[in-house]
Amino acid sequence: MTAAPNQFEEVPGAAQPAEAGVSFWSDARRRLFKNKLAIFGAVVVALLAALCFSEPLLCPRVVGFTYEQQDLFLGPAPPSARHWLGTDPLGRDLLARLLYGGKISLMVGLCATFVSLTIGVLYGAISGFAGGKLDMALMRTVDILYALPFVIFVILLMVFFGQNIILLFVAIGAVSWLTMARIVRGQVMSLKRREFVEAAHALGLSRRRIILRHIIPNLLGPIIVFTTLTIPDVILLESFLSFLGLGVQPPHSSWGVLIKEGAEVMEEYPWLLFYPGLVMALTLFSLNFLGDGLRDALDVRGSKD
Amino acid sequence: MRLLTVTNLVTAFHTRNGVLRAVNGVSFHLERGETLGIVGESGSGKSVTCYSLMGLLPMPPARIKSGVAKFENVDLLACSTKYLNQIRGRRMAMIFQDPMTSLNPYLTIGEQLMEPLFIHKKMNRRSAGRRAISILHQVGISDAGQRLRMYPHQFSGGMRQRVMIAMALINRPDLLIADEPTTALDVTVQAQILDLIRNMQRELGMAVILISHDLGIVSGLCRRVLVMYAGQVMESAPTDDLFYQPKHPYTRALQKSIPALQPKGGELYTIPGAPPDLHHPLPGCPFAPRCAHAVDYCSREPVQLRETAPGHSTACLRVQRENLAV
Repeated sequence: MTAAPNQFEEVPGAAQPAEAGVSFWSDARRRLFKNKLAIFGAVVVALLAALCFSEPLLCPRVVGFTYEQQDLFLGPAPPSARHWLGTDPLGRDLLARLLYGGKISLMVGLCATFVSLTIGVLYGAISGFAGGKLDMALMRTVDILYALPFVIFVILLMVFFGQNIILLFVAIGAVSWLTMARIVRGQVMSLKRREFVEAAHALGLSRRRIILRHIIPNLLGPIIVFTTLTIPDVILLESFLSFLGLGVQPPHSSWGVLIKEGAEVMEEYPWLLFYPGLVMALTLFSLNFLGDGLRDALDVRGSKD
Repeated sequence: MRLLTVTNLVTAFHTRNGVLRAVNGVSFHLERGETLGIVGESGSGKSVTCYSLMGLLPMPPARIKSGVAKFENVDLLACSTKYLNQIRGRRMAMIFQDPMTSLNPYLTIGEQLMEPLFIHKKMNRRSAGRRAISILHQVGISDAGQRLRMYPHQFSGGMRQRVMIAMALINRPDLLIADEPTTALDVTVQAQILDLIRNMQRELGMAVILISHDLGIVSGLCRRVLVMYAGQVMESAPTDDLFYQPKHPYTRALQKSIPALQPKGGELYTIPGAPPDLHHPLPGCPFAPRCAHAVDYCSREPVQLRETAPGHSTACLRVQRENLAV
């Protein structure tokens, strides 16, 4: 075997078969754990979610009140030892209502994320990769759904199926994947003509393998960033629907509802706006830190090592 | 023994402005272990010819209008993608112009290098890893065990092209298509990469098709050369013949355009005019409007590649009829 020209000095013992190739994912995980802010975000979100979803247990025992328990003689009281975060004008404990509302808000966020990650990504990837007439048909469908006025769509759902909390999720799910599909389609269209995808074709890789190994990892950055932007969006969307009387109805609550109620009385009872606002801001910040961290962790070029 | 026989390949692009015939009736053949150079200016159809063979053209807008490309006894243009995928990366492989964008930025070099082994040889990770290290050594990358775990952005352009070559050769193909493999590299690295391709060709005994617009690069590496213009083969001859006795006026004009062969200080020679618009193919010789030797029948009568000397074919009516010497 003739020695090919060598740019680098030989390192002795370099030829032993190393455990070839650390996988993309374990590499990304290592980078994520190095990012303190992202870990902080992940811990906060996890903690808040754990608290909110254990609300049925926590409220009666630890907090001492349920979310719908009224105390009309007490009325709106500032934070105290009995009511840690104070009460609203009907004397309901704010902490209990926050925990209960968090459940709804986080579920709305989860639902939107799930729908946009599954339907949105798949739909967009198929559309972009197939191109031609199929792409045309799929994207015009998205356009039509986009053009449908959202509120009318929700009202129609209510008319046909009656008022139901499930409908809130259906409505939000139905709109949350549209933008994702468009973003993913655009990315796939530009990726599929990139040289490394051509090179993969030239090596005899199947379409499936090319999508899974070469296209999807290159999509992760925009997908994750967009997802972290979607969650705050839909949490606010839910409060908008509730405001119109189409979403969560009293005595149930959500963070959006609590903020809206708090804003109405913020001059007299500022804690009613402050605490829900704080929790919501904390959640959104944490999600953004986590999203940023994930994006950096998944972007091999940005890493220093 | 014949490895590849291409007969009358016509590849067209269907665009808004009509049908563009990028490759218009190209025929050539390749023996086992032979090195063939394809030269021509930009847009002459040299890359499209090879992309057609590899099945890499996006369809639509591209369409193979006619032609047969027998790789041993399989027609590459007619077989299914599934079958083509069994040939690509195993029996024939390709390296590309720009090594900076030909590697997936999200996968380590090792992952990408081992992929052809996984899919074609069903190797396990251990033996694939060993093979990857040995091929990296072969293409002159030391410290291969470490480098397998690196990402493409940690490699220089020359190193990436070495990785691309390693990836293409890892299954010891019978045919390597190199599409301007040194265009994006600086001159010193160019020489190294060409040396590498030459060494690997000798070592593995594979056939090579080298696409280039640099006559010098082709002459150093190839035994035979095709000169393409406007989607057609103008001249095909053994390298020495083509350089010392070019027959086609276009080849002669290309040679005259090499700066190193011209007296210093003077204005550089260029071929007057521009290549024809391939949306509207000319009835006669596509080079006729720019040709210093053209006569009236050149732009009227269609021209075909014919043998004008042993092993030397020329697509020029005047050479064929009057034995014109340029």
